[in-house]
Amino acid sequence: MCQMMAAGPGSGPMERAVLMSRRSGLQAAAWGGLAAWAGTWRPVFAQAGPSEPLAQPLTAQERAVHALCRLSYGPRPADLAALQRLGAEAWLESFLATQLRGSAGGQVLPEAVQVRLQGLDTVSLSQAALLGRYQEARRLARLDKAGDAAVKGAENGASNGAAGVVSAQEARRELVRPILAQAAEQRLLRALHSSAQLEEQLLEFWFNHFNVFAGKGPVAALVGSYEREAIRPHIWGRFRQMLGATAKHPAMLFYLDNAQSVAPGFRPPARLGDEQVARTRGLNENYARELMELHTLGVDGGYSQADVTELARMLTGWTVDVRGALGRQGSGDLFEFAPRRHDSGPKQWLGRPVTARGQAEGEWALDVLASHPATARHLSFKLAQAFVADEPPEALVAQLSRSFLASGGDLRAWVQTLLGSEHFWQREHLRSKFKTPYQFLLSSLRVLDAQPQDMQPLLGALAQSGMPLYGAATPDGYKNVASAWMNPEALSQRVQWLSRLNERTAGVERASRQGGSLLKTLAPLLGEHTRSVLAQEPAELQLALLLGSPEWMRR
Amino acid sequence: MTALSRRHFVLRHGLAGLSLAGLSPRAMAQPASSRRKLVVILLRGAVDGLSVVAPWADPAYAAARPSLALGSPGTEGGVLRLDSLFGLHPALAPLMPFWSEGSLGFVHASGSPDPTRSHFDAQDYLESGTPGRKSTPDGWMNRLVAQLPGAAGPTRALNMGTTPPRILAGPAAVATLGLGPRALYSKAIDQPALQAGLAKLYAGDPSLARTFQNTTEGRSLMQRSMAAASEPAQDMSSAPTMATSATRPPSAESADRGAASARSFAADARRLGQLIRRDPNTQLAFTAVGGWDTHVNQGAAQGQLANKLASLAQGLEALAQGLGDSWRDSVVVVMSEFGRTVRENGTGGTDHGRGNVMWLLGGAVAGGRVLGEWPGLDTAALAEGRDLAVVTDYRHVLAPLLQRHLGVSDAGLAAVFPQLPVWTGMPGGLRLLRA
Repeated sequence: MCQMMAAGPGSGPMERAVLMSRRSGLQAAAWGGLAAWAGTWRPVFAQAGPSEPLAQPLTAQERAVHALCRLSYGPRPADLAALQRLGAEAWLESFLATQLRGSAGGQVLPEAVQVRLQGLDTVSLSQAALLGRYQEARRLARLDKAGDAAVKGAENGASNGAAGVVSAQEARRELVRPILAQAAEQRLLRALHSSAQLEEQLLEFWFNHFNVFAGKGPVAALVGSYEREAIRPHIWGRFRQMLGATAKHPAMLFYLDNAQSVAPGFRPPARLGDEQVARTRGLNENYARELMELHTLGVDGGYSQADVTELARMLTGWTVDVRGALGRQGSGDLFEFAPRRHDSGPKQWLGRPVTARGQAEGEWALDVLASHPATARHLSFKLAQAFVADEPPEALVAQLSRSFLASGGDLRAWVQTLLGSEHFWQREHLRSKFKTPYQFLLSSLRVLDAQPQDMQPLLGALAQSGMPLYGAATPDGYKNVASAWMNPEALSQRVQWLSRLNERTAGVERASRQGGSLLKTLAPLLGEHTRSVLAQEPAELQLALLLGSPEWMRR
Repeated sequence: MTALSRRHFVLRHGLAGLSLAGLSPRAMAQPASSRRKLVVILLRGAVDGLSVVAPWADPAYAAARPSLALGSPGTEGGVLRLDSLFGLHPALAPLMPFWSEGSLGFVHASGSPDPTRSHFDAQDYLESGTPGRKSTPDGWMNRLVAQLPGAAGPTRALNMGTTPPRILAGPAAVATLGLGPRALYSKAIDQPALQAGLAKLYAGDPSLARTFQNTTEGRSLMQRSMAAASEPAQDMSSAPTMATSATRPPSAESADRGAASARSFAADARRLGQLIRRDPNTQLAFTAVGGWDTHVNQGAAQGQLANKLASLAQGLEALAQGLGDSWRDSVVVVMSEFGRTVRENGTGGTDHGRGNVMWLLGGAVAGGRVLGEWPGLDTAALAEGRDLAVVTDYRHVLAPLLQRHLGVSDAGLAAVFPQLPVWTGMPGGLRLLRA
């Protein structure tokens, strides 16, 4: 702990990050020291004018509440009770250590939630089984449509696809919709109940970073598998691993069309039969562009249109083994490098000549992208924006970038750098992030200790608020800044939701009682103005007003 | 009666009835500029402009698009003839009556001077009004609110959608109309006691206070407009307590950046038109429609893009009907962040390109023409050897609308579009408006 204190404000962030990852066994102790350090650190603002008083460092209580609001989907009554019981210092030490261990630290879900998760029978299906279900739904839909057309044709000599479309939807509903609904349910159950809250937030962060859209064909069946196999295992691992896993998951290969991108002139074998595959004749640069623009370098990362095209050529042949879904045995993973579809001509990418090496070309490209300084910067900006401020301090972005590069994209060290940075603990960031609809709805349920049995109303409210789960259509995912969510329509949706919670918590009488206890629970978060307004409002509105308060709109 | 002529009949007789009444807009008293409306519809995802207004007579067009090119006028699935070079996508047939009566025109090979092929940057530049400059904090339509002659009000600018668009970001108040038929039903936020309590809570928080005030004032004005209408209004009393209709998981109808899909566009667009007509204070409106990023299986006369265009055409028709007699004072601009590659790609689609076509509709438009200098599709004329070049800056299409239609001053224009390059085309600029 003393070492940590010594390594604190004076030494570089890199040393701290390295030190921390070396000493993972002593993390709890180290974090206690760090937490204490965050409180004793005195900011020195050379540029602060004489009229501007220096910001007071956070008290232990403020640090604890800040961590709870930022690193979780909001406090539960039990969290705030524990904070009071243990005292802020001790609570924060244990909280940070727990959050950085993630789910590796042992059981993070209550028994009842585990039982519910075990009841979701599609969430552990292989890629092959999931795509097989989707293909079966499509086959049934086609049969229905053809059969219907034949009947209609016999009846009145004209074909009409409308009835066929209805049947297709039914087929899809039966086979594909439960898969998507179960994926959504497991996501929400974990977000609401897991004690590894930071891990769940990072899951959302990374899923959104590598967004895929459930509205695009087979992605509906594969999105849960994508989250489980390509994102979740790598949250505390290396960025390169996550990048590779997303690149090879059929959800991404379908979503950004790389599954169909082939060397110009390639003719797929006729037996594939699928009209989408049969149309494949050449390059599609969709994935290659977003891989650089969104997943790695960033739009100003210094690449040209020619680099997009060349990268697309390097990635030809990275596709989905659709036949694998039709019963071939194996791991059930469907990524396939198809040498015949690969463009083996000479290429020039990011100023470097590329020799023909088949799949290794794409692997090398991912290596280059994952360790590129522009990638470190792009990712660091996004992390700082998600966890610190809409316009994150430049010094923090630089600090995170250095950590990312020095550790070879070690995401645990990177997150440790974030939490170890003085920038995370500055007063100006307290309750400064406006909650997204997802954060607002989840935090409201958590603070009420709600145990929703049916997730559909929550999913509906998310959709109405403009943030349907797995429903961001474009590859940039959802924004997490106030300018994206603080607007009249969003506000009226929020008020609608909290007034419904007010009613739902069973009648006016209970609502006012619950409002009273909630007021007590949330007292540490509320400012004087809010407390004085609430004191004058009727009891039956307390709960709605509390959850509508400025302090609760932000985190 | 075919579908086309039936629609035509509705337009001619059910809409403003201009032709029947023998009143051309020219013959009527010039409406005060405060009655003039500008509706901007952004097609997020980059619509393929070469399929919207196809250069059917250019041999390079068919050569570059073996499976996507539309046929000549008169052939099966061919374009609807606009002139000796251009034709309209057949799925846009519902718009041909507008073309014939001169209230639909296009500016081809237009777009942003910034060469980015990133959807997100290009949309950003289109909406900020400052291509190439990312630091601009607000959107050009919000800056425009402040430059309109006359007094502003909470509903002077309307956004339709669930998320706030960049184009309307800024200090001026913007009212928001949600999507779906229940958008203006009474909600919790309309309950006086709760509303008053929240207003007190937000009093110490400027950004929330402002948003909340915009919300409540905007909603109350819009609800009054809808309720006071002579035609049957929505039943405000039968308010459902919560979003029972929205409990579906995401589907292909979900939005791009919160943009409505074209499929649900018609009903929403009609409502938007009605609101604009009924509130004399409303002059600007914006909405977005997503789903145009057709990298795969784009289709030609039929298929993915054709379906989207057909829905959009229905939406524009519904918007015109909703606008009713305000149509004659309106300009509707349809635009997209960039165009798509001239050559089709290897998967029956098109990738990100440069130049696109801007659509102008409305009674105030001098339509029936495809405007703008046409650079052609010869390889030498293409941007980076692959894309339709941008000859006309999108701001040079909007600027005359702002000045001559909405009465914005020279200084006002400079505030809306700072650093607007000098127009070097025809003297007097593009003639987009009726005299």
